Amino acid sequence: MAVVSNGTTIIDAGALGSGVATGKMILIKTLTASGSGTLSFVDGADSVVLDDTYDSYVFKIINAHPGTDDVNFTFNFSIDGGSNYNVTKTTTVVNAYHKEDNSEAAVAYNTYDDLAQSTAYQSLSSFGQMGIDNDQSLCSIIHLYNPSSTVFVKHFIATSQFYQAEDRSNNVFTSGYGNTTSAVNAVQFKMNSGNIDSGVIKLYGIGG
Amino acid sequence: MAIISNAVTIADAGAFSVNLGSMVHIKTLTASSSSTLSFVHGSSSVVLNSTYPIYKFQFINLHCGSTEADFQVLYTTDGSNFNATQTSTFFGAYHAESGAYSGLSYYSANDVAQGSTAGLGDSQSSNNDASLSGELTLFNPSSTTFVKHWIATTSLDEVNAANSNYTAGYVNTTSAVTGIRFKFDNSNIDAGKIKLYGIKDS
Repeated sequence: MAVVSNGTTIIDAGALGSGVATGKMILIKTLTASGSGTLSFVDGADSVVLDDTYDSYVFKIINAHPGTDDVNFTFNFSIDGGSNYNVTKTTTVVNAYHKEDNSEAAVAYNTYDDLAQSTAYQSLSSFGQMGIDNDQSLCSIIHLYNPSSTVFVKHFIATSQFYQAEDRSNNVFTSGYGNTTSAVNAVQFKMNSGNIDSGVIKLYGIGG
Repeated sequence: MAIISNAVTIADAGAFSVNLGSMVHIKTLTASSSSTLSFVHGSSSVVLNSTYPIYKFQFINLHCGSTEADFQVLYTTDGSNFNATQTSTFFGAYHAESGAYSGLSYYSANDVAQGSTAGLGDSQSSNNDASLSGELTLFNPSSTTFVKHWIATTSLDEVNAANSNYTAGYVNTTSAVTGIRFKFDNSNIDAGKIKLYGIKDS
């Protein structure tokens, strides 16, 4: 039974009608790590949408915890449906950090984790120094713009915060582009060494 | 009475049972060799008033007509003159595709001190595959008590280099801001989209 008001379909077939104003940040998929080597979002697999349905996508990483000490949390793009995660990237990385004993605090460009036309995985943490203590983890928000474009390179902007092994708060600003005009249709996350012990990654589409 | 459709409870007890979300799309402008793109409250279905406490603008693949274009923002308090006074900061990180240079710098050419035009992106390339993407968040534009803070982050390609720009500032007025304009300093916005969202319950 449809609910129609003043000529507008409000509800039909178990869903709100297109005329009803709704939020435009749509949760697509949640992946939960449990000693996972990788976590991958592949368009068309397991209900994942990563195509021209949305102009931009947001990944939220919640408390990614490594299984090995002194590692980086990383990601890469694929243009072949997840067969190969090896898109060429040029990126920038800026770190602001502050040690718990107040002995260090600074902001600086990070040449250790940036990429110049590299197919390597991009780090969201830095200096290979994610901590393995029980209360240590990384949280991050990544905006990926128009991954399905076949005209433009694929820009992304990420802001991350992690608890460094040497007891620092580390705020990481990572940005750049996948230097390809092929559509990016998959994104994979992993530690650069060892597993993702626990944590959640959520993928949203930004509609409208 | 609950409203149940196809075995899904849509509304019950005077409220929607489904999550309607808090990010509401208001307007999309698509550039086509456009000299400016402007959102003005009350015009062309644009809402930019006290309806939402926070507004978010998304920039999707803005392509400029001339190289080394600076992307900029201006505000209006009267819906027609985009000359509201701003003070802003601008810093960026850059990295050449060749790896030949990289760094972090404050960009004094793109900030503004009690002027009308603030930079959002520095030195955009006009190569076919080059563009600017990012977002700007505008806080409480309808306030008649406070200045109007905004925060923006953009990623763009210079010629064969990544350039990540972090900029923020305030419109130094206690009048309500009712419109916003985006442009490149030296060329049209050849292509791309700017999308305006209101953030509910924020």
